[in-house]
Amino acid sequence: MNSPRATVTTHGPLPDRPYDVAVVGAGVVGCAIARALAHRPKLRVALVEAQDDVGQGTSKANTAILHTGFDAVPGSLEARLVREGSRQLAAYAAESGIPVEEVGALLVAWDEEQLAALPRLAQKAERNAYRETRLLDPAELYEREPHLGPGALGALHVPGESVICPWTTTLAYATQAVRGGVDLHLNSPVQDASHDGSTHRLRTRRGTLRARHLVNAAGLHADTLDRRLGHHDFTVTPRRGQLIVYDRFARALVRHILLPVPTALGKGVLVAPTVHGNVLLGPTAEDLGDKRATNSTADGLATLREKGRRILPELVEEEITAVYAGLRAATEHDDYRITAHPAQAYITVGGIRSTGLTASLAIADHVTGLLAENGLDLGPVRQPPPVRMPDLGESAPRPCEQPQLVAADPEYGTLVCHCERVSRGEIRDALASTIPPRTLDGLRRRTRARAGRCQGYHCGAAVRALFEEARG
Amino acid sequence: MRNVDVLVVGGGPGGLAAAARLAAAGAGSVEVLEREQQAGGVPRYCAHGGFGTWSRSLTGPAYARLLTDAAVAAGAVVRTGVSALDWAGPLTLTTTGPGGPETITARAVVLATGAHERSRAARLVPGTRPAGVLTTGELQQSVHLYGQHIGSRAVIVGAQDVSYTAARTVRAAGADVVAMVTELPYPQTSPARAHDARLRGRVPLLTDTTVTELLGHGRLSGVRVRHRDGRTITLLCDTVIFTGDFVPDHELARRGGVDLDPGTRGPAVDGALRTSRPGVFAVGSVLHPVESAAMAVREGAHAAGRVMEWLTEGAWAWSAGVPVTAEPPLRWIAPGRVTPTDRLPYVLRTTTPLTRPVLEVAQDGRVLYRHRLRTAVPNRTVRLPAGWTGRVDPRGGAVRVRVTRR
Repeated sequence: MNSPRATVTTHGPLPDRPYDVAVVGAGVVGCAIARALAHRPKLRVALVEAQDDVGQGTSKANTAILHTGFDAVPGSLEARLVREGSRQLAAYAAESGIPVEEVGALLVAWDEEQLAALPRLAQKAERNAYRETRLLDPAELYEREPHLGPGALGALHVPGESVICPWTTTLAYATQAVRGGVDLHLNSPVQDASHDGSTHRLRTRRGTLRARHLVNAAGLHADTLDRRLGHHDFTVTPRRGQLIVYDRFARALVRHILLPVPTALGKGVLVAPTVHGNVLLGPTAEDLGDKRATNSTADGLATLREKGRRILPELVEEEITAVYAGLRAATEHDDYRITAHPAQAYITVGGIRSTGLTASLAIADHVTGLLAENGLDLGPVRQPPPVRMPDLGESAPRPCEQPQLVAADPEYGTLVCHCERVSRGEIRDALASTIPPRTLDGLRRRTRARAGRCQGYHCGAAVRALFEEARG
Repeated sequence: MRNVDVLVVGGGPGGLAAAARLAAAGAGSVEVLEREQQAGGVPRYCAHGGFGTWSRSLTGPAYARLLTDAAVAAGAVVRTGVSALDWAGPLTLTTTGPGGPETITARAVVLATGAHERSRAARLVPGTRPAGVLTTGELQQSVHLYGQHIGSRAVIVGAQDVSYTAARTVRAAGADVVAMVTELPYPQTSPARAHDARLRGRVPLLTDTTVTELLGHGRLSGVRVRHRDGRTITLLCDTVIFTGDFVPDHELARRGGVDLDPGTRGPAVDGALRTSRPGVFAVGSVLHPVESAAMAVREGAHAAGRVMEWLTEGAWAWSAGVPVTAEPPLRWIAPGRVTPTDRLPYVLRTTTPLTRPVLEVAQDGRVLYRHRLRTAVPNRTVRLPAGWTGRVDPRGGAVRVRVTRR
């Protein structure tokens, strides 16, 4: 399975020989850029990541929605990249086995002000070239969502909004990049960066990495890296979003992504099915100073539950499977901050907000174009072999339910994590994959082992035993 | 599609006991589906003694083997590594295992699917998501089945029997117990056990105390706790064990549209351990999270008799029962339905400690029974005998169990 060229390093000194391009940050955006560059066999590319896995920052803790871009600011770069990226990612997901469910969204109006905002949102969608929206009266709304709390006045239906698996997306990009020849260097936080007219020098805990071109996709830390290279374009203010994941039994309560209607009083919370068969409630929106404050809070969780009870009263009666908090890389600007600095052979990809998952493939194409404009000779194009990721989606049959698969390899019929029906075969495959997990959390994101309602009560020790056996 | 007479889902004490009795009683083909690699359920990883009988106390693993061997010796087929996934008919289940997916139809199904402790997330404990956060079930398996390292300083959340078992497991793994923490003003175990842990084990018990936040990136670095009086401190530790707060593993029951008991959240059953779905029985911790293995065994044996009646008579008397409800401060009662012929004793839980309480059983204002207890403590078993069931009017309203002053 693994190409002989696949290089993932986690320790030891970084290679001496200069790269053509270094991409800093292996979040969904950085991985998409690295994947795009893997289409250019002439280039030597490094993907440099501070943490021990891809997608460990903002990318792992978002709301997992594949947007249509209907509510973006018309004419903005974000609007264009979300629109293009959305189509690209939908096609890529189908080809790569990334779970996507086109459940559609309902922007539910709970008061007159929100109801009045719906036609304006429909017009905004038109200006974003999205023409499928439709206004629903309360009767139609409750027919579509019979468990919705009382008092909704109407809704705007956006049928194209989908839910997606954010972890598989990031991992698919990174896997394809690495198999296509990109060197992924984990555990390599960039401590300093400089440019001497021809070469970037990235000082990391693992030594200095040199590259002719630099792409800053450092997410929450993009402003810090930007400043090291003399730019003061934006400041990242982490915006914390706490989310609650409800048990699979809650999935039957909701059919669409239930979005809040944005008003002057701010944004509410959403209730959305997940591709894994759970229901998500969140996020909060708290502007913070600390880029490590990925902790949930009692106030945040209480607020979410109170709002969730209004939207879907039966939801809060169900068991909670997980709670997490992510930090969005918010800046003082309304749009993405993607800036080319040709004199430095440097590109900043900053201010990528929660739409970044949707836009990732379009951002990657855009950045590739900017690299060429910055003077990089991209060379010929070679389509990298497609990747096929394990489908973690609820709508696909699990390996244990597929007779041919189990007959060929009984390990797929030997369940370890019972709540999520994860077999020993799937865990074994993940541990032997191109970018293997370095932690049990990494294994969970790849397989869903321990991600279910018991959170490891039944299987935690067994999963850990398999992990430790494989990791030595 | 394959046919058996009785399909038992779950090879813990309740399921194995039911299977052994049924096979011995001539129920025909009796098959136990156990999703783990070994049968025996929770006792598999309870290294301590106290299982079995007074005269012959066994460790958990020995007890698990004894129950498994007894079921097999009686003629039951115990299949390990096989999971029941869903229903494909009134008494038909889909399963999977190393042999691949299969569909099995039975004449009776016994659900013995057990329970699990609520996770940290399900308890809504805020903070970061570091490694080193476990439930007792995971801890015991880690230590006793796999010999894994669990850290060096552990905080135990809870002060009930299972919490003291967790403390003992932590020490057996070579780690220190920094403290036990309970929201209640007193420990919920026998006084002897509480004293032994405090005085001989030197484990501090923080009562009236809540865990408010988990700290640490990567690995747990501490837990913040708050006393009822508002004082807040951080306990430095690399491991925290969330104990107790069991919820039934009712997935299969719920997928089958079986009525759930509003108190226990397990399948609602009557004294014959019948569920609302004809031919489907339930036993063990899925009914009352959780009681002892011995009680699951008694229920398994009891259910076997009722299953035999169903197999021979084919009558489902579910509708002849009325609900039994526990009124606050009582939390729940199991079984949660009663028919006049029921003989199975009841178990209850209380939310507040009660001294010399009198339990009063009444239906439509008519007192059926009064029963004085010595004491009742939250998280500990409260028992109620079943001698009053013959006075229940099956056409009447719900039977209410409440605590009276006298």
